[in-house]
Amino acid sequence: MRLGYPTSIKIIRVPCTGKVDALHIMRSFEKGADGVYLVGCREGDCHFERGNFRAKARVEQIRKILDAVGIGGHRLQMYNLSSSDGPMFARFAEEMHARILEAGPNPIRGAVIKQKKVQTDQNQIAGAAL
Amino acid sequence: MAEVTSIAGEDGNFEIQIIQKPRYIDMEKCTACGLCAEKCPKKVKDPYNEGIGLRKAAYVKYPQAVPLKYVIDKENCIYFVKGKCRACEKFCPNKAINFLDQPKNLTLKVGSVVLATGSRPYDPSGLEDLYQYRSNPNVLTSLEFERLLSASGPTQGHLKRLSDGKEPKKIAWFQCIGSRDTDHCGNGYCSSVCCMYAIKDAMMAKEHAKGELDCAIFNMDIRTFGKDYEKYYLRARDKAGVRFIKARVHSFDEIAGERDLHIRYADENGQTQEEFFDLVILSVGLQVPESSRDLARKLGVELDGYGFVKTPTFAPIETSRPGVYACGVLQGPKDIPGSVTEASAAACLAGGKLALARNTCTRILDLPEEIDVSSEEPRIGVYVCNCGINIAGVVDVAAAEEFARSLPNVVFARQNLFSCSQDSLDSMKESIREHRLNRIVVAACTPKTHEGMFMDTIQGCGLNKYLLEMANIRNQDSWVHSDNPREATDKARELIRMAVSRAGTLNQLQEKVITVNQRAVVIGGGVAGMNAALGLADQGYEVVLVEKEKQLGGMADRLTFTIEGDDVQAYLKGLVERVTTHPLIQVLTQALVVGFTGFQGNFTTELLVGPGPYQRKINHGVTLIATGASEYQPREYLYGQNEKVMTQVDLARHLKEKGAQDFNQVAMIQCVGSRNEENPNCSRICCQNAIKNALKIKNLNPEAEVFIFYRDIRTYGLLETYYKEAREKGVVFFRFDPERPPQVEQVGEDLVVNFRDPILDRNMQVKVDLLALSAGMVANDTEELASIVKLARTAEGYFMEAHVKLRPVDMATEGIFICGSAHSPKLMNETIAQAQAAASRATTFLSRKELTLSAVTAQVNADLCAACLICVRSCPYGVPKINTDGFSVIDEALCHGCGICAAECPAKAIELNWYEDDQLLCKIDTLLEGAL
Repeated sequence: MRLGYPTSIKIIRVPCTGKVDALHIMRSFEKGADGVYLVGCREGDCHFERGNFRAKARVEQIRKILDAVGIGGHRLQMYNLSSSDGPMFARFAEEMHARILEAGPNPIRGAVIKQKKVQTDQNQIAGAAL
Repeated sequence: MAEVTSIAGEDGNFEIQIIQKPRYIDMEKCTACGLCAEKCPKKVKDPYNEGIGLRKAAYVKYPQAVPLKYVIDKENCIYFVKGKCRACEKFCPNKAINFLDQPKNLTLKVGSVVLATGSRPYDPSGLEDLYQYRSNPNVLTSLEFERLLSASGPTQGHLKRLSDGKEPKKIAWFQCIGSRDTDHCGNGYCSSVCCMYAIKDAMMAKEHAKGELDCAIFNMDIRTFGKDYEKYYLRARDKAGVRFIKARVHSFDEIAGERDLHIRYADENGQTQEEFFDLVILSVGLQVPESSRDLARKLGVELDGYGFVKTPTFAPIETSRPGVYACGVLQGPKDIPGSVTEASAAACLAGGKLALARNTCTRILDLPEEIDVSSEEPRIGVYVCNCGINIAGVVDVAAAEEFARSLPNVVFARQNLFSCSQDSLDSMKESIREHRLNRIVVAACTPKTHEGMFMDTIQGCGLNKYLLEMANIRNQDSWVHSDNPREATDKARELIRMAVSRAGTLNQLQEKVITVNQRAVVIGGGVAGMNAALGLADQGYEVVLVEKEKQLGGMADRLTFTIEGDDVQAYLKGLVERVTTHPLIQVLTQALVVGFTGFQGNFTTELLVGPGPYQRKINHGVTLIATGASEYQPREYLYGQNEKVMTQVDLARHLKEKGAQDFNQVAMIQCVGSRNEENPNCSRICCQNAIKNALKIKNLNPEAEVFIFYRDIRTYGLLETYYKEAREKGVVFFRFDPERPPQVEQVGEDLVVNFRDPILDRNMQVKVDLLALSAGMVANDTEELASIVKLARTAEGYFMEAHVKLRPVDMATEGIFICGSAHSPKLMNETIAQAQAAASRATTFLSRKELTLSAVTAQVNADLCAACLICVRSCPYGVPKINTDGFSVIDEALCHGCGICAAECPAKAIELNWYEDDQLLCKIDTLLEGAL
């Protein structure tokens, strides 16, 4: 079908959304990802019976953590579709892209840029003092 | 594109003449890039989309077609019609177009033949006066409607009228178009599938519709007789609000200007009702196409009046010509699970004849010895594919190649025109050897279709196949970002960078090879178990048949004759004889399963065998479950209290032994112990059972009056003809609602049935000599067996298959199969086919001395394991166990490789091979490098 979707989306292959660890998701945000989403089989149609339900539960849990630490749970989403449903896949990609555009960059990025700036300023001050 | 022209010879030694039509595209060269279709100027109505979408004259039928090779439609190709164009030839990057292609004649020598030519939907054009199918664009067949609902269909799944783009608010389905209709189309049978697909389409339409959508299904009977189908029907009716209306619509017309359809019908009380709908869907039935009838005539295979292949009740897959088998709708109308089951059954019978020749034509691939690269530094080779212009047309492949060369550990990078072409694969091997590459990245298309091929290639160089990583720069990049080549090239670089970083972390993985014990255990010695045992033994495998009762036979032992008139006891006698005298079958009666361990290829079953009892341990490679079902023992309608009340099974025996001369007034009540709160499912067999006995009574005693009280008559498939015959012979059918079932009372010596006639709308009473209860089926008690063998069952105690449609006789545990009524209620012919299917699926294990298992399995690091049981609880297959040393172990022979345990493990003691945490995290890190 070759339906277009934003180039911002990069896919990491896993055997089942049930394999996606909380660590993988948290690491993505820690490293500066603006959004993460999981695409699994339709509920009840999991190739591995209930992996997508595990993933759903994990996503819900991590969203709370993301809210708590100020990154925002809305940057993480679980989607379900059947493997033949290209239009839905493209729609999810567009939807997530739009949501992230609206949310702006991952606050960690902002914080790091600010910190770098402070460091540079301090260096400059230090330089001036010498 | 091939057609059989003749078959000569006989069972075990046929010679088949085949003509293969020209494709005009070289299959060897075509990579399915799709450029020919893109450039082809000729648009044609697309038959795959039921003519409501367009395709080109160079086309592939649908995106998942096998083989995925394009074809030129000669009838419509401008070059073939007008002698000019050849655009496809000009643009094909692989020179695959060949306008000079000629038909080929092939001769095949084979031992058995399977006919599986299927059906065509009924064409309602002939009923124009009634349904305006040709003239009214808002009247669609069910298949056309399915294309409208399909994400790959002409509207991409957006529900709208093709006439004016209006989103429908009310849709009507007309059932039995081209089925159960001898007046208009001559198809007296029920197509078996239309009720379910209409309900499914109504449910899907409701999901697709943006606002409220009213769905009404006009039907004579709702026939949801399959496993758990009734529950789906109830969900549609009670939860989704699909309306079911008992009526055949007699006329409709279009409201001028509005294009809406004005429908008139008589309701159950005979009152005329009117309604308006936006769309009318004709639920068209299944029909054997003329081409299949031709083929059958050429083959000398007997057909019935409707064109279905004639098969005996007790040999449902065998045609009139020995060695020729039939399956699917060609054999009779049926749904997907039934067709898939019969296909396996046909393979069982066709293969049984060829058992001696097994593996005589097998070629063995010679692989070089594996090189151990585990101590070497990664030396990564990157192959970037142009895929003709599929990738190169959008992505700057040279830039991507250059970029790949600059990445850490990459010692070689090259681009290929088509990485999957034979010359590219050969030169890939050369460069792997020349540069001593030990990790390979192929940046091309999807691993789903091409990973295996590249794994084979690197194995051919002595590399472990798991040292491969693919970057999908086609499906995930050039195809979807064709409007933005600059960003697409950037993304290609990112994907390659991620793939290279993961490639550096890949380890050699060893696939476990397990030997297969070539013995089968079949649990249950009824018709299903015995047929399964024979199916396996005829393939040359040893079978232990385990029966808990003193003798073989199961439920069939109580049965007398089938609706077709076949003698069940005679059949059973012959079957038991064949089973007990077969040299490869060992029968253990009074045997109970008390223990079960192991995995596919290596099971151990522990038995207690009577009358001793003594213990036996059997090692075997596959397990077949055929524990059956029994007739429900009614608590309703004075059963057991009045001797005039009996079940249909009792009645059949009575008719055989004592005849029907005592019966002048007979009543039968359907759905006793089925379709109620306790057992929501339909028992499938009872409608035909009642009609079978009613016909027998009419036959023995034509003066007898027979009244059948029913909710829906479910004589699916060819059984419909018996329903018609019963009505013609004067059997009277009264429909009742479950809220107002008939009441039975004993008045003095008399047995009286009180009921309400819906047409006359008044209470009636009939005094009967006999009340036959159509008692449903109940799964035999298998609670203990299910817990010993660890098998999942439905709420009603039937065993659950791995996949309803795709794997109808496999169970979720590899190497265990299911057949007969233990799966769900079914008729004897269906049971036999399913038993042969289970034997066939089991043969796919037994025919191999060894099984190679995927190395993508979970591994536990004992040092980190805290034995917290989270893996034990989270595994969908119950694989992890805590061993005596107090840590979790995961048997790689049982592990399905989903990785759920690895993700859940709080101590991170579990890793899934090939998807280890560092292998995923490095991709994340690489992707996000520089983001902060």
